[in-house]
Amino acid sequence: MSILVNRHTRVITQGITGKTGLFHAKGALDYGTQMVGGVTPGKGGTSVEIELEKGGTVKLPVFNTVEQAKRETGANASVIYVAPPFAADAIMEAVDAGLELVICITEGIPVLDMVKVKRYMEGRKTRLIGPNCPGVITPGECKIGIMPGYIHLPGHVGVVSRSGTLTYEAVHQLTTRGIGQSTAVGIGGDPVKGTEFIDVLKMFNEDPDTYAVIMIGEIGGTAEEEAAEWIKANMKKPVVGFIGGQTAPPGKRMGHAGAIISGGKGTAAEKVAAMERCGIKVAPTPAEMGSTLVKALEEHGLLEKCITKK
Amino acid sequence: MNIHEYQGKEILKQYGVKVPEGRVAFTVDEAVEAAKALGTSVVVVKAQIHAGGRGKAGGVKIAKNLDEVRTYASELLGKVLVTHQTGPEGKEVKRLLIEQGCDIRKEYYVGVVVDRGTGRVVMMASEEGGTEIEEVAARTPEKIFKEVIDPAVGLLPFQARKLAYAINIPGELINKAVQFMLALYNAFVDKDCSIAEINPLVVTGDGDILALDAKLNFDSNALFRHKELLELRDLDEEDEKEIQASKYDLSYIALDGNIGCMVNGAGLAMATMDIIKYYGGEPANFLDVGGGASTEKVTEAFKIILSDPNVKGIFVNIFGGIMRCDVIANGVVEAARQVGLDRPLVVRLEGTNVELGKKILNESGLNIVAADSMADGAQKIVSLVK
Repeated sequence: MSILVNRHTRVITQGITGKTGLFHAKGALDYGTQMVGGVTPGKGGTSVEIELEKGGTVKLPVFNTVEQAKRETGANASVIYVAPPFAADAIMEAVDAGLELVICITEGIPVLDMVKVKRYMEGRKTRLIGPNCPGVITPGECKIGIMPGYIHLPGHVGVVSRSGTLTYEAVHQLTTRGIGQSTAVGIGGDPVKGTEFIDVLKMFNEDPDTYAVIMIGEIGGTAEEEAAEWIKANMKKPVVGFIGGQTAPPGKRMGHAGAIISGGKGTAAEKVAAMERCGIKVAPTPAEMGSTLVKALEEHGLLEKCITKK
Repeated sequence: MNIHEYQGKEILKQYGVKVPEGRVAFTVDEAVEAAKALGTSVVVVKAQIHAGGRGKAGGVKIAKNLDEVRTYASELLGKVLVTHQTGPEGKEVKRLLIEQGCDIRKEYYVGVVVDRGTGRVVMMASEEGGTEIEEVAARTPEKIFKEVIDPAVGLLPFQARKLAYAINIPGELINKAVQFMLALYNAFVDKDCSIAEINPLVVTGDGDILALDAKLNFDSNALFRHKELLELRDLDEEDEKEIQASKYDLSYIALDGNIGCMVNGAGLAMATMDIIKYYGGEPANFLDVGGGASTEKVTEAFKIILSDPNVKGIFVNIFGGIMRCDVIANGVVEAARQVGLDRPLVVRLEGTNVELGKKILNESGLNIVAADSMADGAQKIVSLVK
């Protein structure tokens, strides 16, 4: 069944007429996602023409506002490819329009802008994924974001990660073993974000089609430790993990705004220890994420059920 | 982005946060002039480097007369100061802050950070001033008081009062402490800080509340809207390669090893460093070439890595999402042509346009070792570099 997105999700792209927005709107359509329109203030009333890989053209309407786009297209989700100075505003516009799901790909939004966004979203029904994330994909049904679709395989393992490309690495290791994914969620690399590990784990826990989860974290903050405690107390399915940045020096921001060891907190070693204490197998190297999951599935007698392609 | 103590104090002054009178000095003569201008009998000569722990390392001297100012300034300018935060190689002192001495009655700690858990700005305060806050947090966490700030209304006076009373600020000085904290919060938010630490905050003999030290760090994501902060950047305090990388909008951090890395995506880049270490190698750098990188950007990234004399080999690990493997391949080939490839190069490509990327590398005529996986690539580069 999957979480967050499926074949029925109708998405608009905020920033659709920009180079990146357009490129990934095409990517979504090529994958079979219901990309139904877009928003670029000032370009309302125009449309973008997208040539599909399999042949044929799709014409998507462009609107000036998210509210208009939602009304005219019946969209229930949005993906944001808007530059950092304007991205927080784009998120809040989508929230105000009452969309169920907003996925913000943008990297570089000022942290204090996200503090405001988080406050703005209190009491509203919208779920925000990101920012600074690769997006969400339910293989075979819906791809919202920048991830390469072809490496994914429909299946029963949930993937949740702070990283983009490291997630592709993990997914690739699963797919090549014939182990498909129910949904892969990139929560993003920023310190203040819409959705945390715990939120996604809860969803995977409730999803009847997800039998196991792989969780990919990195240095900075204590989200993995908090997730580990929650898993120990509540999770009904096996979870394996990997933590990037074991060799990262303290005090340095390792690319992601949220990947920084500060005040002695947020080290990879602490996270790994916390996860192992809570019964989560942690892959010793990034090359062993797939094999570590296989071990866990075998121990729980779930391997056969999780192999969705021979 | 980091700045010097004297720059942080200048900024805080603009917001009404009280700081001791002081001036920056780049030469011994300037230091003496500054001390004369300040006119106090006791003057503090402080080394200005982007690292803490200067006091313990001998970087802060109390001068009782102008001769001592001259002596201490001569001693400190040009000295390589090694503190527990600089690493063993230390940092050369090129600037001094000449500050009026003050009669310290008591020291406190006040700091403002963004708390990731709540997604809110938090102000912390403690009666244990002058000590490393991590030590206090570890030993006596109950001595740290926090107020979580609602961005809709900002730091409220009652919150500042709660903190001031909790850390036992003398009754007659509570209002001054509150004004101090409100001003500090305003500076934090207005300048898009990531951290603003006043350690110590002092209560002086004549009833003043001052920031004796100020450590301000700024959110790199927000610098686009703070041209005035960019002007404060001290390139001497940064690694040359990191400066070059920032010109091309590359995320690069210099490390100690001899295996250069070029990866797309910070998570994968960190994991690449980890796996190199796992197989017995030492990464020379962290480099995230990013999603939308052009051939030019990739070329520059490659050149920066090659410019490091410590680098004995390079591992390019790319999983293309937005990043297209053919763009990376073209960049690598172009860079190798421009700079000359004189060290082993292992390339692992996967993802968008992977076949095209591999083709470009194969047909380039360059001596590139192809890897089938991340583990394979890491093992290969480690053995080639040994």
